[in-house]
Amino acid sequence: MNYRSYADLGGEEQRGAIMPEPEGELFHAPWEPRAMALTLAMGATGLWTIDMSRAARETLVNYRSLSYYEIWLAALEKLVSASGVLDAPAPQPPRVLRAESVAATLARGTPTSRAAASPARFAVGEMVRTRAEQPAHHTRLPGYARGKLGVVARVHGAHVFADTNARGLGECPQWLYTVAFDARELWGEGSAVQRSTISVDAWEPYLEPA
Amino acid sequence: MRDDEHSQHQEGAISPLQLRVRALETVLTEKGYIDPAALDALIDAYQWKIGPRNGARVVARAWCDPQFRRWLLEDATAAIASLGFSGRQGEHMVAVENTADLHNLVVCTLCSCYPWSVLGLPPSWYKSAPYRARAVKDPRGVLREFGVELPESTRIRIWDSTAEVRYLVVPQRPSGTGHLSEIDLAALVTRDSMIGTGLPRAPA
Repeated sequence: MNYRSYADLGGEEQRGAIMPEPEGELFHAPWEPRAMALTLAMGATGLWTIDMSRAARETLVNYRSLSYYEIWLAALEKLVSASGVLDAPAPQPPRVLRAESVAATLARGTPTSRAAASPARFAVGEMVRTRAEQPAHHTRLPGYARGKLGVVARVHGAHVFADTNARGLGECPQWLYTVAFDARELWGEGSAVQRSTISVDAWEPYLEPA
Repeated sequence: MRDDEHSQHQEGAISPLQLRVRALETVLTEKGYIDPAALDALIDAYQWKIGPRNGARVVARAWCDPQFRRWLLEDATAAIASLGFSGRQGEHMVAVENTADLHNLVVCTLCSCYPWSVLGLPPSWYKSAPYRARAVKDPRGVLREFGVELPESTRIRIWDSTAEVRYLVVPQRPSGTGHLSEIDLAALVTRDSMIGTGLPRAPA
């Protein structure tokens, strides 16, 4: 299987300037609000999951040359086309987000916490090592944090597992942890001047005892 | 994008991107998956109702009310919901507090995960490659680009939002604000100060 994400940017040499932006400046082209809303409304139909959306976006081969809403639009076109909804008449009454239920739907959100099937393997304060191998599918352990030694900083309960949910293999809830790393563990001794600690949120299958 | 806007002004012409969005909306509406009025409602919600002023109210309350502050730090989702802010991209909230020795910074290196329920839509720079690439490796350099210079002794704590937990930074309350009301305090809380790339405004 060859799966490639173009979105895993942490730690890359990116020389471009970061351009601060005033608070009220939400969109930069007239089509962007509609693309944003279409993405959210189609997400609400349940035709795909948020993890499938992320997988569709990160695998766009031109990911690096697109603006963020261009990425959203291209991924939405890809998802719509892959779902086959354009080829067939709509099945049963599809789940449609109506204007009158927008506020309630947004306020409800889509929680990903689930009942845990087994006790947590790790506890706060425990040392863990993240897995080094890069799986050939959507995953949420950034490259910079692979094969690294960290400490469990928080335990969040069991959550929908992005790795399976993105592939249509079900939610397979897994314990989720915040794992914190000293900058030197990730970037070497030269980063000591940063005096920083970096954490990722990692599902249990990403971790092994240190 | 600039070309896009430019040609719009010039000709009233429709850009290729606008055409793609319109085509998609049309066909999905015909197939019965989209209620165009819902799109208007979504845009309206994020333009006017769900934005960083929500988060500013949370921070100002935490500054004024020690009990709320404790609740926020222990169970941010519930504490924030008590002020009426909940839901999409804020289902699982964690609030992290800056102190004299610790500065928190939030990023999503893998995409653009962001606490929408309290901050609204993420700014362009938050989604941009330079911020996502550098925030985890050179946080002091990134902060300098935002005009924030921290003492060397301050530890920086970076939260990479790699799952569905969303982080809200509670900045330090500026000095000389003892006399201000909660509403006046909220006005000092900037969006960037709740991401960690800025500090609250000083009182006038």
